[in-house]
Amino acid sequence: MKFGIIVFPGSNCDHDCYHAVKHVFGQEAEYVWHKSTSLEGFDCVILPGGFSYGDYLRTGAIASFSPVMNEVVSFAKNGGLVMGICNGFQILTEAGLLPGVLMRNKGLKFICEHTRLRVENNESRFTSRYSGGQVVDIPIAHADGNYYADSETVARLEGEGRIAFRYSTSDGSVSVAANPNGSISSIAGILNEKGNVLGMMPHPERALEGELGSLDGRGVFESILGRVMP
Amino acid sequence: MMTRITEEVVREHGLSPDEYQRIVASLGREPNLLELGIFSVMWSEHCSYKSSRKHLRGFPTKGEFVLQGPGENAGIVDIGGGLAVAFKMESHNHPSFIEPYQGAATGVGGILRDIFTMGARPVASLNLLRFGAPDNPRTRFLVDGVVSGIAGYGNCIGVPTVGGEARFDPSYNGNCLVNVMTAGVVKKDRIFRGKASGAGNPVMYVGSKTGRDGIHGATMASDVFGEGGEERRPTVQVGDPFAEKLLLEACLELFRTDYVVGIQDMGAAGLTSSSVEMASRGAVGIELDMDRVPRREEGMTPYEIMLSESQERMLMVVRKGAEDAVKEIFSKWDLDCEVIGRVFDGNVIRIVEGGKTVAEIPVPLLTDDAPVYDRPSKRPAWQDEINSLDVSSVPEPSDYNASLLKLLSSLDIASKQWIYRQFDHMVRTDTVVLPGSDSAVVRIKGTDKALALTVDCNSRYCHLDPRGGARAAVAEAARNLVSSGARPMALTDCLNFGNPERPEVMWQIKEAIEGIKEACLALEIPVVSGNVSLYNETSGVSVHPTPAIGMVGLIEKAACHTRQWFLADGGIIALLGNDGPGLGGSEYLRAIHGIAKGAPPELDLFLEKAVHQACLQGIRAGIISSAHDVSDGGLAVALAEACLNPDGPVGAEVELGAEGPRADDALFGEAQSRIVVSLAEDDLDRMREIAEKAGAPFRVIGRVGGASLKIGKFIDMALDSVRDAWSGAFEKFMGSR
Repeated sequence: MKFGIIVFPGSNCDHDCYHAVKHVFGQEAEYVWHKSTSLEGFDCVILPGGFSYGDYLRTGAIASFSPVMNEVVSFAKNGGLVMGICNGFQILTEAGLLPGVLMRNKGLKFICEHTRLRVENNESRFTSRYSGGQVVDIPIAHADGNYYADSETVARLEGEGRIAFRYSTSDGSVSVAANPNGSISSIAGILNEKGNVLGMMPHPERALEGELGSLDGRGVFESILGRVMP
Repeated sequence: MMTRITEEVVREHGLSPDEYQRIVASLGREPNLLELGIFSVMWSEHCSYKSSRKHLRGFPTKGEFVLQGPGENAGIVDIGGGLAVAFKMESHNHPSFIEPYQGAATGVGGILRDIFTMGARPVASLNLLRFGAPDNPRTRFLVDGVVSGIAGYGNCIGVPTVGGEARFDPSYNGNCLVNVMTAGVVKKDRIFRGKASGAGNPVMYVGSKTGRDGIHGATMASDVFGEGGEERRPTVQVGDPFAEKLLLEACLELFRTDYVVGIQDMGAAGLTSSSVEMASRGAVGIELDMDRVPRREEGMTPYEIMLSESQERMLMVVRKGAEDAVKEIFSKWDLDCEVIGRVFDGNVIRIVEGGKTVAEIPVPLLTDDAPVYDRPSKRPAWQDEINSLDVSSVPEPSDYNASLLKLLSSLDIASKQWIYRQFDHMVRTDTVVLPGSDSAVVRIKGTDKALALTVDCNSRYCHLDPRGGARAAVAEAARNLVSSGARPMALTDCLNFGNPERPEVMWQIKEAIEGIKEACLALEIPVVSGNVSLYNETSGVSVHPTPAIGMVGLIEKAACHTRQWFLADGGIIALLGNDGPGLGGSEYLRAIHGIAKGAPPELDLFLEKAVHQACLQGIRAGIISSAHDVSDGGLAVALAEACLNPDGPVGAEVELGAEGPRADDALFGEAQSRIVVSLAEDDLDRMREIAEKAGAPFRVIGRVGGASLKIGKFIDMALDSVRDAWSGAFEKFMGSR
């Protein structure tokens, strides 16, 4: 399977995603410069974390106007798999591929720590290798991960099974205390209508190797690979 | 440039009348204002090390790992397999006190540039922070701003901030300390240096445009040149981590070519120091054309351009003919890149504007011939008083559990998660040991190796005994590395002191430097880079002497590292090292009894080394499963910390030695050269043998297990209360999560 990893000016998890795909999973991986106008030949496109354009405006806002984003939108429309992690999630919402916005964390500070997520939908192309309700340990690292959408949208996401992950305690209960950033309905990751676009604030690429403390991010990549290479 | 150089102008440039006379004599004429400005920054303490240089000379700087010692942008050690590690620590104390967010942020930016200038990709940053008393009204504001500033810059650029140290003391009320360290990995045959060479080679400028920010003597410049209404710019610069990220990636792309002859970051004193130092190292002349420098605003004078400290800029000498290819790389990253001068045979720095030479100074006058002072020093009169301590007059606590809880919630000891939670310490997916353990461990992808990194300094010890305290700082840094299974390779230092014109401060400086030398020699750890920050004094109060030590160690097999925490599957707890008196200068005396006095504990460097060897061999042999250095708060605090495994607390039951010091000393004393280790019972004989061979005392003191921490008949506490005291204190102090 061939992965394209988009590099915006200020992306800083591009190398980590490349390492994950190429060295942990042994897949083909290529960096795609943000000025690129073609995504031909890729099976999955990853928008990595970082601070695109310094996030000096609103997170992800400027990057969503990068030339490559036109391609990402049509790639997604044609059914290609698109995953936005952290800043990548923010860019996907700014580009209109996913609903809602990511606001400043409720505590107003950057938070880097391992978090527990409950898998809400284990039937998507990104989560099929998890079991339903499984609690996974995947770290977060962001200042703007406070997901917000109006109640109608949240209800629709819920109803359509498009909430992929929620922040939870280690025994799987969702609560204000287990929600690090104030996200509405404890949302950590969501899917688009067709289920081929995932945006998530936690970093699955940081939880793939035992020496880094958790293997729980593997499910995301294995689900993607499982879909294409059963 | 017709401004007359009056006594006042000289004084405003921070030069003494004697220094000015020296300039006139060596130039053979009066300097013009631009030249005076150049002299003033090059002869400043920051660039010339004029008060400390004489004493720094004796540092051991060579060793089996060393590829590059002091004098470059950073020191470099060889880690084998064709790879090397560049690292350095720098201070940004004064700016951080004025404007904590930007001061700390630009400090991070500066040290990162020092590292990637050498061709290395930065892989880890650390910081050593000092703030005033917790109850000082400004302290929280500074903590919050400094931590946010480091986070804001480091997180954005994507270099993990993996460790650090933060302490509080009233001596820092008027001067916080912000020392930042970065390490980067570079291929041994792709190291770049800040040396200009090759007559006719172009000098190129890259990065952000030059503005009027941070100009030395900005006030004076405005007064002299102002045509009325000119704003006074802040002397603290504003960092732009996004620009630096672009600069980093563009430079690393450039370094894969062979266009670069020499490169240096424009840090303090910007264009002036970078061009002068590059010319000096290469013994060549450099001519800079002011009209070609990318500028942020109109009408800037050569004085302003040469003295601006605008951030995120680099100066490089490239091969003649490669100019366009170099520009192409930077334009991909949307960065300004211009040819602004050339290298020529000779030894002068020449500044040209409008086709006319506006300044010309022989380079050696600015560098090698800069003044070196042997300032008078005197052992402070207060030294006897602060060293006197009658321990017998200190009452032993009636409730040791309460004392331990109080110590664990002392800000110097308590968990610093409130701080490092704000730092992205996992980006790059290499952080194998996260912040909170004795040292951070960062693996190097594509190899089996990992680096261990730490920063240390017990500034209370250094106040009580600068020499002993500095020795202890080196020893503790090395002990922290060894406790994670790393062999210490080399260190960088950041020497923070008060006003060197005070003989007492000068004495502290000299003593501390001697202490570092002694420890380096005994432990065979060379100094490869460093920084000196003087004049950390406000209203006559100097900071405690703070010779911060940053150290990097090598773990040959990344998988073979240890953390400080006991493991859930139990085992034996043992102590490497000797018990001994350790109440002088201890955190226990300060936190429980309000006494910051005495002589810091004795440090036997030979014993220290033996303990390191035993620990390292035990870890490498796979025998030791956890190792934690005993420092602030003594054995009891070390044991409590070892119990608080982030994967879930683990209990311990420990007996104190039958003989030895009084109970509070045995529990909380800070006798040096001790490491608490845990291991499987079956491995005990092998470990005894290793310790014996290394000459390190080794004694079983207890056993891992249970849901409480028990130490002799004195301590018996549920792990929950231990954890709450330790993990909640900082948050409570800051008033928020």
